[in-house]
Amino acid sequence: MKKAWQSFVPGRWTNAIDVRDFVQKNYKPYEGDAAFLAGPAQSTLKLWEKLQVLMKEERANGILDADTRIISTIDAHAPGYIDRDLERIVGLQTEKPLKRAIMPYGGIRIVKSALEAYGYTPDPATMEIFDKRIRKTHNDGVFDTYTEAMKAARRSGVITGLPDAYGRGRIIGDYRRVALYGVDRLIEAKEEEKKSLDMEYMTADVVLLREELAEQILALKELKTMAAAYGDDVGRPAETAREAVQWTYYGYLSAVKEQNGAAMSLGRVSNFLDIYFERDMALGILDESGVQELMDHFVMKLRIVRFLRTPEYNELFSGDPTWVTEVIGGMGIDGRPLVTKSSFRTLHTLYTIGPAPEPNLTVLWSLNLPELFKRYCAKVSIDTSSIQYENDDLMRPIYGDDYGIACCVSAMKIGKQMQFFGARANLAKALLYAINGGRDEKTGVQVAPMFAPITSEYLDYDEVLTKFDQVLDWLSQLYINTLNIIHYMHDKYAYERVQMALHDKDVLRTSACGIAGLSVVADALSAVKHAKVKVIRDETGLAVDYEIEGPYPAFGNNDDRVDQIAQDVVKRFMEKLRKHKTYRDSVPTLSILTITSNVVYGKKTGSTPDGRKAGEPFASGANPMHGRDVNGAVASMASVAKLPYEHSEDGISYTFSIVPKALGRTEEDRTGNLTGLLDGYFSQSGHHINVNVFDRETLLDAVEHPELYPQLTIRISGYAVNFIKLTREQQMDVITRTFHKQF
Amino acid sequence: MTITGKIHSIETCGTVDGPGIRYVFFTQGCPFRCLYCHNPDTWSLQGGREYSVEALMEDIRKYKPFMAFSGGGVTATGGDPLLQADFVEALFRACRRENIHTALDTSGCISPVKAAGVLSQTDLVLLDIKALTPEAHKAITGVQLADPLGFARHLSEIKKPVWIRYVLIPGLTDTATDLETLALFLQGLKNIERVELLAFHKMAEYKWKELGLDYRLGNVPAADDLLMEKAASIFRRYGLPVR
Repeated sequence: MKKAWQSFVPGRWTNAIDVRDFVQKNYKPYEGDAAFLAGPAQSTLKLWEKLQVLMKEERANGILDADTRIISTIDAHAPGYIDRDLERIVGLQTEKPLKRAIMPYGGIRIVKSALEAYGYTPDPATMEIFDKRIRKTHNDGVFDTYTEAMKAARRSGVITGLPDAYGRGRIIGDYRRVALYGVDRLIEAKEEEKKSLDMEYMTADVVLLREELAEQILALKELKTMAAAYGDDVGRPAETAREAVQWTYYGYLSAVKEQNGAAMSLGRVSNFLDIYFERDMALGILDESGVQELMDHFVMKLRIVRFLRTPEYNELFSGDPTWVTEVIGGMGIDGRPLVTKSSFRTLHTLYTIGPAPEPNLTVLWSLNLPELFKRYCAKVSIDTSSIQYENDDLMRPIYGDDYGIACCVSAMKIGKQMQFFGARANLAKALLYAINGGRDEKTGVQVAPMFAPITSEYLDYDEVLTKFDQVLDWLSQLYINTLNIIHYMHDKYAYERVQMALHDKDVLRTSACGIAGLSVVADALSAVKHAKVKVIRDETGLAVDYEIEGPYPAFGNNDDRVDQIAQDVVKRFMEKLRKHKTYRDSVPTLSILTITSNVVYGKKTGSTPDGRKAGEPFASGANPMHGRDVNGAVASMASVAKLPYEHSEDGISYTFSIVPKALGRTEEDRTGNLTGLLDGYFSQSGHHINVNVFDRETLLDAVEHPELYPQLTIRISGYAVNFIKLTREQQMDVITRTFHKQF
Repeated sequence: MTITGKIHSIETCGTVDGPGIRYVFFTQGCPFRCLYCHNPDTWSLQGGREYSVEALMEDIRKYKPFMAFSGGGVTATGGDPLLQADFVEALFRACRRENIHTALDTSGCISPVKAAGVLSQTDLVLLDIKALTPEAHKAITGVQLADPLGFARHLSEIKKPVWIRYVLIPGLTDTATDLETLALFLQGLKNIERVELLAFHKMAEYKWKELGLDYRLGNVPAADDLLMEKAASIFRRYGLPVR
């Protein structure tokens, strides 16, 4: 057996590309506690100090530096270093840390306006390539083909956040393949795949796939060139633990050099790497400190991934996110926990180099996880508020035991599945369209097809629901058609060459739709049903405000009178989405996730029949509206847990913030209670939960004195952010949101 | 006849009133008027929402998984639940039938004899000791108790597991003599599983204002960590499981 694979247990993986099989045959589950962990190496502390200086400068100026000329490709930039002598793991997106590259294939406008917003002048020769359409972009293609209805829906914000001007992201390359097989073997496999497509019928989809495979092979060759510039031959498989980390990172790095995707997730690498760590430790060439050093250096690189985006984009999504999501834990389908020492080491980076929003650490929770690992996770959450949890017991039956999370909550089998990211439809606005006969409540413009508006003084539940259903018919069709255009053009003009090269030939594709404003809609319908809602109209007859008479049950109190309405809305919309023809026969799915755009969506939406006033934020993700969940946190999470995952398989995001004292009096109580909460929530089929543990006062102080909190991390709707990077408006939204506390 | 209880509010994520995650219901009505009370809105016997035992049980059942995973249960607090002893007894009996752990948070405001029924259905008592002498008790709660430690003694005699709670108010309940006396007393009991020293804070001051009540501790500082640690060390010295 070749040196790279010495002492590994062979299996199917030795003859075919099958990383899961390699992991299953070779990983060593760990059921112990965290006592074995080592602190940060000197090199780690020094590198992190250097980066913190740079990041401080970056915060002050918006960005640290930007390339204005070179179109970023896998091998376009010369090698770059933070401190060459100290770095155990090397590789930067450009030749300097935090310097942002331009990736114009998604759209040139965003590149230009981002550069200009930060005071840089785009290189005219480079711009000309795109201005003159010598090379067309994804954005060009989309707007060449959008229909008037699509443009109107986009303008009004009933469908919003669409990836039609930037990279769609949410694709996870199986970066482990680079380390396990070496790129030469991967190219060979791709050549084989291409050969297998020498079909008797050369239909468009076969031609498309052949062309994509050709592009993938080119990208893999570029990956080799890029690594060679750093002095490494990734043509061959990794032979040591350091190489395994480095090779895996080269794979990931090539993706973030090529694509400015909305979410560029990492996948599930820690157990894979653990196998190499164990081997080198057994050989005596690596000790625990050395392993942690590799892990820390790797994670540091993931923390400095940067994309050039406009300030408006960051206003929408907050704090420059990249969604380098890495999943940890979960159970194997054979019943063994997928927890290794490296699961602990990954979480431990939140101590060795402090809390941070990236990588987006995601624990796959199962009731059967080793108890000590559960407790360690709870402790890390309480100390750092930097991790999110997702229900492995819910996902494993669908995705098996080698899936990752793209972005925040989107599960996909690694190397076998991808999604067409579809942002979200604003269902609160759709409800207002139902009342207003398809006219927009803010502008009066007819956005949906014209139909009879509701004219009664008080809203009638059956009438509202019937009209809402009609609006959803229209919206679901328009939504899918819009996504079909977007993803056709993205494949054509901004294809993810290297990420798809790290996939199998035939992948499962999903069309990932989303909804915003679920709790607003549920509460509004509940108010109409259980209280009296009077309509206030302007002189043109447009309903612009509502008066609610009497109490109504609100979502988030574990009350079926309204929780069932929320469940019905999700199911209703999903069933409609399923009826339409999708691009590349992708499977429609749905998420209930807003990221931080709940603030912006709220701004764009008029007053709603639940009592929310025009412009006020929605709750984030699937959260109850703040202040309306009055029976405590468990009731709130129980309501969310009831939302039907089978109709929202792209994920249901819930953010839980609690003050430390409300988790228990002693550290032991708090850890135990948080573990119990997670077990309870997931046993009730909750899908996702962000856990924040801190005092409101801490946040208020951080608003006033950001310089004292450079690493304060909080979780919001599926990912984490650096609190001080939020806009003031977003900061205040986070602070006013429900904090669970009692005294 | 169906017994009903008057419930002020419900907290489904109780973590500080007994072990694990607890379904905490706040009963309406309290005979005491403690100067530092967090829940003056529960004093009156009027108000609150009326629940039958079955109605409250129906709600409680929804949270059984959370209780089971965390080793939690149900806690009655208030107000003082002993003012609705029959209702709480019936509810706790129903809980125990379903293997739900029951905790009673009380200041022992009725005689042990009258409380015998509810105590028989209680797994854990969270006993608030307000003061050590009748005079001090009157000063703090507005009500003179002939024997403020009598309830604690009774619980020890019937071997009922107890968590003692004592609020430290700077200048009022924190003298070394008070603490030594209390610690010595507790040392003599057989049933103390935990002693929780609670720091006085003013987070409920706004509630007093909302109710038009005169908050008389406005000028008293909150108990700081140093004070808390000093007090804890005294109890530790007496071998008490202080938290």
